[in-house]
Amino acid sequence: MQNTAIDVRDLSKKYAERMAVSHANFSVPMGSICGFVGPNGSGKTTTIRMLLGLISPTTGDGHVLGEDISQPEKYLPRVGAMIEGPAFYPALTGTQNLVVLAKLGGFSTDSVQGLLEKVGLGDRGDSKYKTYSLGMKQRLGIAAALLPNPKLLILDEPTNGLDPAGIQEVRALLRQLADEGSTIFVSSHLLSELEMICDQLVMLREGKVIFTGKTSELLAAQQPVVVAKPEDMKDLNKLVEIAKSLGHQATLLDDAVHVKGEQNFAAQLNKAAFAAGITLASLAPIQASLEETFFEMTGE
Amino acid sequence: MFNVFKAELVKLKRASLSLSTLAAVLFITGLTTSLLFLLVDSPQGNGREGIRISRETLALPSGLSLSFSNAAGLLGIVALCIFAAQTAQEYTYGTLRNLLVRQPSRMKVLLGKLGAMKLFAIVVVVSAGIVTFALSYLFAGVKDISTAAWGTSDARSAALRTFINVIIATIGYGIFGMILGLLFRSPISAISIGVIWNLIIEGLLSVFVEDLAKYFPGQLLSIVASGGTENISYKYALITSYAFLLGGIAIVAFLFKRRDVSN
Repeated sequence: MQNTAIDVRDLSKKYAERMAVSHANFSVPMGSICGFVGPNGSGKTTTIRMLLGLISPTTGDGHVLGEDISQPEKYLPRVGAMIEGPAFYPALTGTQNLVVLAKLGGFSTDSVQGLLEKVGLGDRGDSKYKTYSLGMKQRLGIAAALLPNPKLLILDEPTNGLDPAGIQEVRALLRQLADEGSTIFVSSHLLSELEMICDQLVMLREGKVIFTGKTSELLAAQQPVVVAKPEDMKDLNKLVEIAKSLGHQATLLDDAVHVKGEQNFAAQLNKAAFAAGITLASLAPIQASLEETFFEMTGE
Repeated sequence: MFNVFKAELVKLKRASLSLSTLAAVLFITGLTTSLLFLLVDSPQGNGREGIRISRETLALPSGLSLSFSNAAGLLGIVALCIFAAQTAQEYTYGTLRNLLVRQPSRMKVLLGKLGAMKLFAIVVVVSAGIVTFALSYLFAGVKDISTAAWGTSDARSAALRTFINVIIATIGYGIFGMILGLLFRSPISAISIGVIWNLIIEGLLSVFVEDLAKYFPGQLLSIVASGGTENISYKYALITSYAFLLGGIAIVAFLFKRRDVSN
């Protein structure tokens, strides 16, 4: 049994003079939930399209479920995918759209109603797709991806258009699928969501992989931050200067001063602020979130 | 390939498409049949381009299927529109990526779709033929045209020949629509270019320039439907029109297989 669901080596895609993906190397372990993050235009969708056999790489190679990506017919029957949002026939109902895809893939159509119920569309299967809200379309896209009972699920922005309850349901569904043994490769702009569910991450910037590995390793490698809030907002800039004079990097964010430093730096900052006549309303050491790490690494 | 065929049938069977297509086709064949019979004594003519088809001609064994072969060009335009729309909409809806994820063999997708659309065209043509024959009997009675020869074995074989020829021609027009759909990847562009080409460019040029119809696939398919003309034989029309179509489908199949699916 192979250990990796996805393994790409030196994968590149060039459009005219533009490198959409440049020498990407990463692997996704079997049974993991792997987040695929990067700013718009960083090459996420191009990479996903190459993994699904929709576009051919300019150079490099890759394997999905142990099969070469140049032969997608060997692995796609075990892969579920939603790429760049849901795309269905507007004049067909939700059920009919799933039946089309089930027949196409040679899967049983018996599972269609169950899948609609699983994604919360059990009572709307007979409505035409064109009458669906964005959130419902997204749910139908997830149901379609689940049709083959996939070993690997590739989802591009699955929570787009969903309300907070819907996002929570998708998160729970992905967790459940991973617990049942599926590997999930998911791209999203909701980094806080990915931080909650992903044990692996692949981060792209301008077509290049800038991080691949465990989410916990990425976050642990980030320097902790001390967040200080003065009682009087007029003292914000003064507080930034004090932190800088102590040799630390400080920035103003959301009416608070973010200072890079270990937990024990908080006491030093408090003393210096007090000495300068500034009373702090709050002072808390925090670990950098995935969102902060992402912004720092991608330079966004 | 059979999976693609079955999946495509789900789309083609939907009421909004199948019923509206049947309605359009029945309207066209009903109109050509009624004009052929009800204007039989009109000095302006009752056939295509003002040709006069006499009572005696209509009373022949071939008279039963005459209006059906006359309607073939218009049936073909309907087929062209449907094949073009069904193919090109996969690009505009973005559903092509779903199709290719579930069936990565692009040739199977193409052949399965073509097979299902051919079956759809056959059902539509057969329905139109049945209605045409029924209307022919009805209008012959109204205009007092003898139908005695229509029950003979000659009439039956003429009707069967016409059926086969109209089906071949209609499918040919459909394949032309599919080629345009794959080439332009937009239903509106494919349909408008197909209709303009067939009705205006081919139609006008072949009226004004002698013998040009020999080189136009649309004109040749129309000749196939009518079983050949004095100037262009059935065999020539069939072989040349389908050679054009096979060449066209080979080119677009190559492009379809090689092109990245990036929409």
